Amino acid sequence: MQLSLASQNGQSAAEAGLSSSPLCIRGLTVSYGEKPAVFSVDMTVVAGQMTAIIGPNGAGKSTLLKAALGIVPPLSGRVQVFGRPLDHQRARIAYVPQRASVDWDFPTRVIDVVMMGLYRDLGLLGRIRGSHRQIARDCLDRVGMHEFSERQIGQLSGGQQQRVFLARALAQGADLYLLDEPFAGVDAATEKAIISVLKDLRAEGKTVVAVHHDLATVRDYFDNVFLINTRKVAEGPVDEAFTAETLQAAYGGRLATAQVDQIATTA
Amino acid sequence: MASEFVTLSLTPLLIGIFAAVACALPGNFLLLRKQALIGDAISHVALPGIVVAFLLTGAISTWPMMLGAAGAAIVAVVMIEGIRRLGRIEPGAAMGVVFTTLFAAGVLLLEQSDTSSVHLDVEHALYGNLESLIWLDGTGWDSLLDPQALAYLPVELPRMAATLVVVAAFIALFWRPLKIATFDEGFARTLGMRTEWLGLALVLMAALAAVAAFDAVGSIIVIAMFICPPAAARMMTNRLEVQVGWSVVFASVSAIVGYVLAGYGPMWVGMADAVSAAGMIATVSGVILAISALWGPCRRRAGAPSGV
Amino acid sequence: MLFDALFLQLGYNATLVAVGATLLGAASGITGTFLFLRKRALVSDAVSHATLPGICVAFLILVGLGGEGRNLAALLVGSAVSAGIGLWCMNWLTRNTRLAEDAAIGAVLSVFFGFGVVLLTVIQTLGSGRQAGLEGFLLGSTAGMLYSDALVIAGGGAAVLVMILLARRPMTLVAFDPEYAAARGLSVSRIDMLMMALVMAVTVVGLKVVGLILIVALLIIPPVTARFWTERADQVVILSGILGAVAAYLGAALSASAPNLPTGPIIVLMSFALFALSLLVAPNRGVLAAVLRHRRFQRRVHLRQGLLALAQAQTIYEPLTLRLLARAGLVRADGVATRAGRARAAKALRDERRWEILRRDQAQEAAAALYDGLREIETVLTPDQIAEIDGKIVPAREAH
Repeated sequence: MQLSLASQNGQSAAEAGLSSSPLCIRGLTVSYGEKPAVFSVDMTVVAGQMTAIIGPNGAGKSTLLKAALGIVPPLSGRVQVFGRPLDHQRARIAYVPQRASVDWDFPTRVIDVVMMGLYRDLGLLGRIRGSHRQIARDCLDRVGMHEFSERQIGQLSGGQQQRVFLARALAQGADLYLLDEPFAGVDAATEKAIISVLKDLRAEGKTVVAVHHDLATVRDYFDNVFLINTRKVAEGPVDEAFTAETLQAAYGGRLATAQVDQIATTA
Repeated sequence: MASEFVTLSLTPLLIGIFAAVACALPGNFLLLRKQALIGDAISHVALPGIVVAFLLTGAISTWPMMLGAAGAAIVAVVMIEGIRRLGRIEPGAAMGVVFTTLFAAGVLLLEQSDTSSVHLDVEHALYGNLESLIWLDGTGWDSLLDPQALAYLPVELPRMAATLVVVAAFIALFWRPLKIATFDEGFARTLGMRTEWLGLALVLMAALAAVAAFDAVGSIIVIAMFICPPAAARMMTNRLEVQVGWSVVFASVSAIVGYVLAGYGPMWVGMADAVSAAGMIATVSGVILAISALWGPCRRRAGAPSGV
Repeated sequence: MLFDALFLQLGYNATLVAVGATLLGAASGITGTFLFLRKRALVSDAVSHATLPGICVAFLILVGLGGEGRNLAALLVGSAVSAGIGLWCMNWLTRNTRLAEDAAIGAVLSVFFGFGVVLLTVIQTLGSGRQAGLEGFLLGSTAGMLYSDALVIAGGGAAVLVMILLARRPMTLVAFDPEYAAARGLSVSRIDMLMMALVMAVTVVGLKVVGLILIVALLIIPPVTARFWTERADQVVILSGILGAVAAYLGAALSASAPNLPTGPIIVLMSFALFALSLLVAPNRGVLAAVLRHRRFQRRVHLRQGLLALAQAQTIYEPLTLRLLARAGLVRADGVATRAGRARAAKALRDERRWEILRRDQAQEAAAALYDGLREIETVLTPDQIAEIDGKIVPAREAH
C-alpha cells in the first residue's frame, strides 16, 4: 500500500464536488462516556434520493443522525448541509424523531403538533393565519390523518402517532428529511402510507435519509444504503453496497449466513 | 364594612393572588418537564440567600435580600446541574443533596449571627406574613383613586404585581418555544432553538416568582402554588392553553378562599384568633387538587403511555 | 469541649443523643441506599414534610386529654400516622392519575406541610409557650432534651437498624433487580411498602434530632456519596451506612460542644463535606478522574482519526487533531506527515483492515464486539491470529 498525500488542489476540488450534497459528514466521532458510538464516519448523501442507514442494534445509527442534526454534540468532525454549516441551513431540514422519544400524554392536539413544524415561519409571536392552518391540514391529509386533527395525541395508536410526526416534518417544507426509525412498531397500513409519502417527496426532488431496521424491505424502499457499525462499513447504491459481503461486515456473526444470502439476492 | 375590607383584606388578598398566579404560570411547564420539585429546591435555598444578604448589609432591607435569595437560587440551580452532570447522579438525588445542604447552611448562619433583635427567623421564611400587609391609608374604595393613600400601599403589592407582569410576559413571549421544547426537545433543537438556555430561563423565572413571593407570603405557598394548581389543571383538560387558564383560576381561588378561611374560619368555629393564611392557602390548593384528581374529566393518562 | 464531646464526655443525655444519632445515621444511610437505587430519593421529602400535621394533631389530642402535650413517644406516633397518610396519597396520585411521581411528591409535601402550619398556629393560640417544643421538630433540637426523650431516640435508632438488618436481603434483591426478585417469588410491591415503612421509621426517629426539613439529607446524601466509591451495590449499602453514621456522630458531638450549633444543620453539613470530597477525588467516578480521563480519551480519538486520515491521504480539518499530531511529532508544521507519522498511519490503517476482517468472522464475534475504533488489535488477538488475518487482507484488496 502506498502512502501519499494528495495535492492541495486535488483535495479542494474533491471537497467542492462534495459540498453541494444535502448532507456531508466528515470524520464524525460521537461518544457517550468512554466508548465511541460513532467513530470517524464520513457520509455523503445523494441529492433527490432515498438513503437508508442500517446496522445492528447499538451500531450508532440514531446517534449518527442526532449528531448530524446537532442534537448530541460530536467529539470531533464536521457536518455540512447543502454545502454550508448546519446552523445556516436549519430551514432546509426536517426531522422525525423516534416515536418513543416524547411523552405522548402531553396536553396538546394533533393539529397543534403539526403546527409546530411551522415555527420557523411563525416565529415567537407571528399570527397564525388561515393559510398556516391550511398547510397543517394539508400535511395531515397527506399522511391520511385528516379526521384526527382535533384528537388529543395520547389517544392515537403508535402508527397514527408516527404519521403525525411525519406530518409535522412535511409542514416544515424542507429539502432534506431525516427520519429515525419511522417504521418501528407501526402497523402495515401506516408503513405503506409513510413510504408512499416519502416516495412522493423524492418525486418532488427532496432528499430522504432514514434509519431503518428491516433488512427485508431495504431494496423495495431505498435507492442507497449506508451501513454502519460504529464505523462506516459501506455506502452507495443498493445494488453495489447492500451485498452479502457488506452485510456480513456490518452485522458480523449476528446475522445468519443463509439470511444474508437471501436478503442480498432478493432484488 | 367596605372600608375595613379595603384597609385589612384588599392588599393581602391581591398580594396572595398575584403571588399564587406568578408561581402557577411557570409551574405548568415545570410540571410537564418533570421538574416540579425545582420549585421546592428554590424555595428552600432562599433562606441562606437572605441570611447572607443580611450578614453582608447588616440590615433588613428588601432589595439586598431579594438579590440574595435570587443569587442563592441561581447557585442552587448551577450546583444541581453540576452535580448531576459531573457526578452522573439522577436529578432527584442531586436536588436533594443541594437544597438540604444550602438550607442547613442557612439555618446555621442564622443561629450563629445575632439576628434575634431583628425580624428574621426560619418561621417567617416558611410561613411569611401575609396578614400583616395591610393598607392603613386605604380607608375605603375611594382610596384607590387617592394618590396620597396609594403612596402608602404596602410595598409588597406593586413588587408582586410587577413580578407577575414579568413572569406572564415571559410565558406569553416564549409560549411557542416553551411548548415545543417541553414536548419534544430534540425536535426543538433541530429548529435551532437553544433549549438549554430556554430551560434555564424558565427556571430563573420560577426563581424570580419564588423570591418575590417568598418575602411576602413565605415558602410554603411558593412550593404549593408551583405544583398544586397546575397539577389540578392537568386533570381538567388535554390542551396546554386551557390548562394554563385553569391553573390561574385554581391559584386565584386558593388564594382567596385560603385567605378568607384563615381570617374568618376560626371565628366561625368559635376560636378567637386567625390561623396562618399561607398554610391555609396551601391547604385549599391541596383540596382543589384532591377534587380534580377524584372527578376531573382528564384525570387519567390519555391512551397508552410513551414507549408502548 | 470538642474533645470531650467526641469522646462522649458531655453527660448522659448528650451521650445518649450521640449514640442515637449514630444509629440513626447508619439506619438512614442504609435505607436511603434502597431509595436511591430505586431512583425515588425525593420520596423521603414528601414523607418527612407529611409528619407535621400528625405531630400537631397528636399534641392537640394530648392537650385535649388534659396532658401537657410534650410526650415525645406520642408525638412520634402521630407523625408516623400522618406520614403514612401522606405516602398513601402520593402513591394514589401516581397510580390513579396522570401525574408523575415528582408532582405527587411536591403536592403532598406542600399541602401536608401547609396544613401542619395551620395547625401550628392553632396551637399557638391555645396558650403561650406551649408550642415551643413543637418548633423543635422543624429544624431539630437536642438542647435541653429530657432523659426520656434521649432514651426514645437511642432506642428508636437501634430498633430501626435492627429492622433494616432483618429485611436487608429481600430489599437488596428488589432494589438491584426487581424483575429477578419477582421471578424468585418475592412480592415487589410488598417490599416497596416495607422500604417505605423503614423510611418512615427513620424519619420519625430523626425528627427530634435533625428536624423534618433536613432528615431528607440523611437519606439522600450518604448513598450518593457512597456511590462514588464503588460500583458494587452491596458495598454501596454498607459504605452508605458507615458514612451516615460518621456524619451523624461527628455532627451530634460537634453540636453538643458549643452553643448555637444546631444538631440537624451540622449533621447535614458534615454529610455534605464527605460528599463534596468524594465528588472531587473518588478514583473512578470523581470529577478530577473523569476530567483527566475524558481529555485523555478525546486526545486518543483525535490522534487515531488523524492517523487514519493521513493514511488515506485525506485533509484534516480539525485544528485539535493537527495540533496533537504535530505535538507527537507525526506531522510537520505545514501538515505533511513525518516519517514516524507515515509509519504510525500505515499501522493504524492496517489495523483497521484487520478489524474489518475480524468483524466479518462469525467465529470471532466476541472479539469483534470489542471494536470501538480505538482498541489496539494486539489486545484482542494473538500474533498468530493477526498473521492469519493479514493473509486474508491482500486477496480481499485485490478483489476490489
